[in-house]
Amino acid sequence: MYNAKYIIPGLVIFAGIVTLPFWINLCSPAYVYPDVAKPQGQVTLQGGSEPVTVNAGDACVEPGAWMRANHMSLLLDWRDAALREEKRVYVASDGREWNTSLQNTCMACHGNKADFCDKCHDQNSVNPYCWDCHVVPQGNNHEFK
Amino acid sequence: MNSSRRYFLKVAGLSGFALAAASGAQAAQAVLSPAPAGKGAYASDKGALRAKRWAMVIDTRRLTSPEALRPIVEACHAAHNVPTIPGPQEVKWIWDDTFHHAFASDPNPVLPKDVEERRYLMLCNHCTSPSCVRVCPVKATYTTAHGLVAQDYHRCIGCRFCMAACPYGSRSFNFQDPRPFLKDLNAEYPTRMRGVVEKCTFCAERLEKGLLPACVEASDGAILFGDLMDPESTVRKALAENFSMRRKPDLGTDPGVYYII
Repeated sequence: MYNAKYIIPGLVIFAGIVTLPFWINLCSPAYVYPDVAKPQGQVTLQGGSEPVTVNAGDACVEPGAWMRANHMSLLLDWRDAALREEKRVYVASDGREWNTSLQNTCMACHGNKADFCDKCHDQNSVNPYCWDCHVVPQGNNHEFK
Repeated sequence: MNSSRRYFLKVAGLSGFALAAASGAQAAQAVLSPAPAGKGAYASDKGALRAKRWAMVIDTRRLTSPEALRPIVEACHAAHNVPTIPGPQEVKWIWDDTFHHAFASDPNPVLPKDVEERRYLMLCNHCTSPSCVRVCPVKATYTTAHGLVAQDYHRCIGCRFCMAACPYGSRSFNFQDPRPFLKDLNAEYPTRMRGVVEKCTFCAERLEKGLLPACVEASDGAILFGDLMDPESTVRKALAENFSMRRKPDLGTDPGVYYII
């Protein structure tokens, strides 16, 4: 090969740089799910003739592990059902009926945005634009003073 | 084994067809029935108010002065976090103006003095054939099954075609972040962000809870709200007993706000 003493080391260095993210990932510690704030407060359910109050210690809308993986698609479904189909009640898989409202249902328990939403989103470099319009509960409000 | 070229081609062709059919069926199944994103189902609140075609009747004989109109405007703007921005960048859902601005299509030269001097409440007319919906390039604004002209702010790109199309000036654009101009925030309702168009919703979120719109509640009976298709509704009775007008009916948008003169 012509100029092999330059080309082969060059190819090795190029391959090393291109695969660098994989090497860094192999050496770094495994991803640890951030320790998010525990839910607090209570929210009123729709179901039946009498409204039922659910405390934050009870189960979330859907099981926690499912929510962790799918809350973003669930929120988009809530939005489309409420706005486009005028269906503002979500009947969960366990039969409980919730108002489909990020601001009034989710944040009633998960009001600690900085230690709940932001902790995971920051760690994963996710920047959802929810709070450009939706209002963060008082006392935990970075935009409003 | 008597293996011929012809036999080999037959088997190879059949095998290839079977493989392609199997993978094709699998792909079609994945496309036709995607995995559901949400586990649960959706329903409407049992107490929600429903109508075939929502309509509003404003009794202008009872709402004559700016003082009578102010609490109504304030109730709406406070409930929906509508900012008070001084100058030409104002954002408004419901506002008042003169007779000649409200009913601009060639009024008679001589009018009763009280009719001409009254202030008239104006808001989105929730037209049956809304021009704003026709021009929206992203379907951010749309009509619901119950005769509301609704808007999805998540989807609005701020092109302002709807503002150009609306003959009633019912839409406002957020040239800037509205939050610095909001003093008392209603924590149960969102604000808007810079770069979206907003307007009256006929209080869709209140109707879903079984409540009448905020302006109707604040008007002390001077504004009526109900189903235009129901002969027994309050709006139908009020329209049957009184002379009423609509804004720019000649444009063919079929507005849903009626004014008793």
